[in-house]
Amino acid sequence: MSTQQPLLARRAGFARDLSSIALRALRLTRRDAEAVIPGLVVPLFFLMINIGSLQSFVEGNLPAGFDFKAFQLPVSIIFAVTGISRAGSLVIDVQDGYLDRLLLTPVSRSTLLLGLMMADLAVIALMCVPVVILGAVLGVWFETGVLGMLVFLAIGISWGLAFTGFPYAIALKTGNPIAVNNAFLLFFPFAFLTTAYVPQEQMTGWLATMADWNPVTYLLAGMRALLMTGWDGAAILQAFLASAVMAAISFTLAFTALRGRVRHK
Amino acid sequence: MNSPVAPAVEARGLVRVFGDNRAVDGVDLDIERGEIYGFLGPNGAGKSTTVRMLTTLLNPTAGTARVAGHDINSDTEGVRLRIGVALQEAALDPKQTGREILDMQGRLYGLDKARRNERITDLERLVDIGDALDQMVSTYSGGMKRRLDLAAALVHKPEILFLDEPTTGLDPVSRASVWAEVRKLNEEMGVTIFLTTQYLEEADALAHRVGIIAKGRIVADGTPAALKRSIGSDVVIVRVAEGHGARAGDTLRAVAGLDHIDVKGDQVIVGVTNGGAALSPVAVALSGAGIKVIELTLRTPTLDDVFLEMTGNRMEEGAGS
Repeated sequence: MSTQQPLLARRAGFARDLSSIALRALRLTRRDAEAVIPGLVVPLFFLMINIGSLQSFVEGNLPAGFDFKAFQLPVSIIFAVTGISRAGSLVIDVQDGYLDRLLLTPVSRSTLLLGLMMADLAVIALMCVPVVILGAVLGVWFETGVLGMLVFLAIGISWGLAFTGFPYAIALKTGNPIAVNNAFLLFFPFAFLTTAYVPQEQMTGWLATMADWNPVTYLLAGMRALLMTGWDGAAILQAFLASAVMAAISFTLAFTALRGRVRHK
Repeated sequence: MNSPVAPAVEARGLVRVFGDNRAVDGVDLDIERGEIYGFLGPNGAGKSTTVRMLTTLLNPTAGTARVAGHDINSDTEGVRLRIGVALQEAALDPKQTGREILDMQGRLYGLDKARRNERITDLERLVDIGDALDQMVSTYSGGMKRRLDLAAALVHKPEILFLDEPTTGLDPVSRASVWAEVRKLNEEMGVTIFLTTQYLEEADALAHRVGIIAKGRIVADGTPAALKRSIGSDVVIVRVAEGHGARAGDTLRAVAGLDHIDVKGDQVIVGVTNGGAALSPVAVALSGAGIKVIELTLRTPTLDDVFLEMTGNRMEEGAGS
């Protein structure tokens, strides 16, 4: 009777799968630089425009010593990191059948998303750097020093990462590039129904209510504290908590969509 | 300790339903190791859906199957480690090079760096992809993409290779090249091959055994020679005047010595043991019934004749059904 030959293939393991998927995503990000660069220009542009057009007006209506440039820097970070993801390329993988090629291997299914998110993490971190540099050039520095800057970046990065779940959920649920492109619309309520231009205590009516419920308000408060007032444990904790709540919602949606796609109803 | 080799594929009552459509409707399969099994059917017959179930990409609605001895529902990893798959559309990432795709496959199958390099060198020779391996896949021709896809399916030396319409859309030269690679894999490396195709000549040329599927059901299974023999040693095709096909069929059914008679429009296909001897009685019977014969042809049976015998349609006509 014939016998089975020893297998060459085996499970690579979670860490190996994760690094394989992430390295591929990073390689493709490098090749898609033209898609990443506009995302870098927009926040720098808005930082300059907002300061140029609103600084005198806002500072003139607030107590002396209010630094509008420092006030705006966290907004630019939110603009820079919100919506960054490889969801567009994931949709292409779905359409080209490459996702099926990956699913035919013994790859750990969760790494198919986690690997992309690891690559996103690197891109998000990279996107924050020019904003902080431009802020320094404009004379904005941290009341909390270098450590405060690192915490500031960590808050921004945590938010950027937390937000990636939405486009991935849309990509996996629909497999439709147009739907993924339209995911940027989610950005607007988060980025603008908040304290982007005036402090919370100056807001009134429905916008104040929306800002109270918007997690970005708490992110901005934590980041502004690090820049403008000093170590404020409660504000920083609330900022990270806001990211955590957003991550819990968006990752649940994304991994549910992944399960739906790999389970093959 | 070595264990006895399980059959390559055993399926019982595989069903897959999409909404109201029973794409696969109770498929049974028994494929031995070392076989090239041709799964022949028109577009929409259920070939790809069957492959997607056997390769763990799709859950069956009902039925069971074991691939390389591993259950496709409860032991998906056991199946995935032992199979290679080239799907109908080459599943490649256009923004990577061929080498990057093969290396990624090797990583995901747990091969170390040295083994991956060794396999890529082997596969470079096997699929004859040459210098293109370091170019972006987006620059590849259709044939090159197919060959790279095949190489990606082979990185981990699978025991069973599923090829879903591997030559659809290829030019004759690329098709011949894929056929040669399939034969080499089977003959030299002992890989069991499950090959779906809508091309009769492909199944005839490559497969040791053929299963014919139509509307989600296997309607015939056997070696190409046995299947063709089942409808007679020869086939006489009679084309009669328009509108007389049915009457011609009835007339010929009364003639002794004719094995199978199928009517398709104005064409009557007659399966016989001795075609030469049958020509005269056929012509005489039709003439006697006052039916004008436009054309009378004698040839050996094809798998298309088998398909017609089993389904009442030609392969091309069954497309999309």
